[in-house]
Formats: sequence, structure tokens, C-alpha cells
Amino acid sequence: MIEIRFFAALRERVGSDSLTVTAPQGTDTVTALVAWLEEDNAAVARALEATPHYMVAVNEVLSQEQTAIRDGDVVALFPPVTGG
Amino acid sequence: MKVWVAVTGAALEPAAPTDWLRDQGLSGAVVQFNGQVRDEQGRVEALHLEHYPGMTETVLRTIVEWAADKWQLNGVWVVHRIGTMAVAEDIVQVAVSASHRQDAFAACAFIMDLLKTRAPFWKKELIDGDWVWVQARQSDAEVAAAWLQRALGREPS
Repeated sequence: MIEIRFFAALRERVGSDSLTVTAPQGTDTVTALVAWLEEDNAAVARALEATPHYMVAVNEVLSQEQTAIRDGDVVALFPPVTGG
Repeated sequence: MKVWVAVTGAALEPAAPTDWLRDQGLSGAVVQFNGQVRDEQGRVEALHLEHYPGMTETVLRTIVEWAADKWQLNGVWVVHRIGTMAVAEDIVQVAVSASHRQDAFAACAFIMDLLKTRAPFWKKELIDGDWVWVQARQSDAEVAAAWLQRALGREPS
């Protein structure tokens, strides 16, 4: 299982701060996971469509689209950060 | 090198970083940056900050480590506020002590610029009674990328 977490505007658009999912075998990168989520969950698909630029962290480390993911990971999706 | 990194819901004490960094003559320079809530010509009534607990602290510590690898530093203070705050209150404090001012100035600017583009904080402004998410600026991303290229010679993983 993979835990997906959402923050800020993306969390509000999804309507939830986290999901626990079991993605199909072969879903082994951030890109693949997001593509599968968009098919599987209409709320997430709409939220991502409304958030053209977003950032990804895998296990609390900023990541890229091709970053590998595996069972047990925590994948966070969020809009570009605006602290400071 | 002493390091203080924290995320807090309490109001920040403007003079605390410099006081904490005092080191009886080891450092010749202390540079402190306080980021404050702007009113944007009276439009903004309040600011709200959300973050990713756990990841935020890790990212801030990593940025401090990068700075310490690059410059000769004696102390670093990074404290960021979360929750709802009023106009003119401090949002963030970054302070650096070093033997020489050049290192303190450069490291303080580096930490702040990296924080703005990598630390998972998000701002909302209260404008005309509605909370509105603040959009990230491309110019902030470009400044951070330029620092990483110059200071580290690469984008760190």
C-alpha cells in the first residue's frame, strides 16, 4: 500500500488530506502512480487538472517525476511552496 | 557550529536570533533576516501558513548543512511560524554568525532563498474576507536554482 498525502490548495481541491491506495503491479514511478490515480479517482483527477504545476515528495524528500516508488512509501503532492 | 531549527505557532521574538547567536567574541559578524507579513497596500488583513510536519524540519536542516559546507559559519538560527498571523508580524527568522561578514551575508541569503523554494510551507492571505492561496513566483525558483549552481555546482538530490 502507498499513502498519498495532499497539502494546501491541492488538499482542498481533493477534499481529503490523504488516501491509502494499492496501485497495480508495475506502478513504480511517481509519473506512473499519478497517471493511475487520475484514472482511479475522479476527485484527484479534477484536483490535479486544476493544479497545473505541483511538487512531489517521496518519504518527505523532494522528488522528480521519474523517482522510484515502492510499497510502503508516502507520496505527497502539493502546489509549489510559498513559505518565507 | 550551533544550529537552531524550529517551526512554531507562537509569535516570534524579533531579537531572539541575534541574542541566541552571541558567542563571546568567536564571531565577528551576525546577519539576521526577518520576513514579515506585508499588507499589500492595505489589501491583506491576515496571513495563514500551513506546512508538512516532519518534512519541513528535515528540509530546513538540510539547507543549513549545505550552507555550512560552503561557508565558514559558527551558528545558524532558522525559525518559521505557522498558523494565522497579523500584518507586520514576523513569519520567518534566518540568522547566521560567522567570523567574517561575507560568509554571514551570503549564507543568510542562501538559506532564505532555498527555504522559499524547497521548504514545504504554503501561504494564504485574507483579502476582503476571503482566504486566497499565494501563488509561487518563478523569480524565486530562478534565484534558488542560481544559488545551487553557484554554491554547490549541482542540484542536490
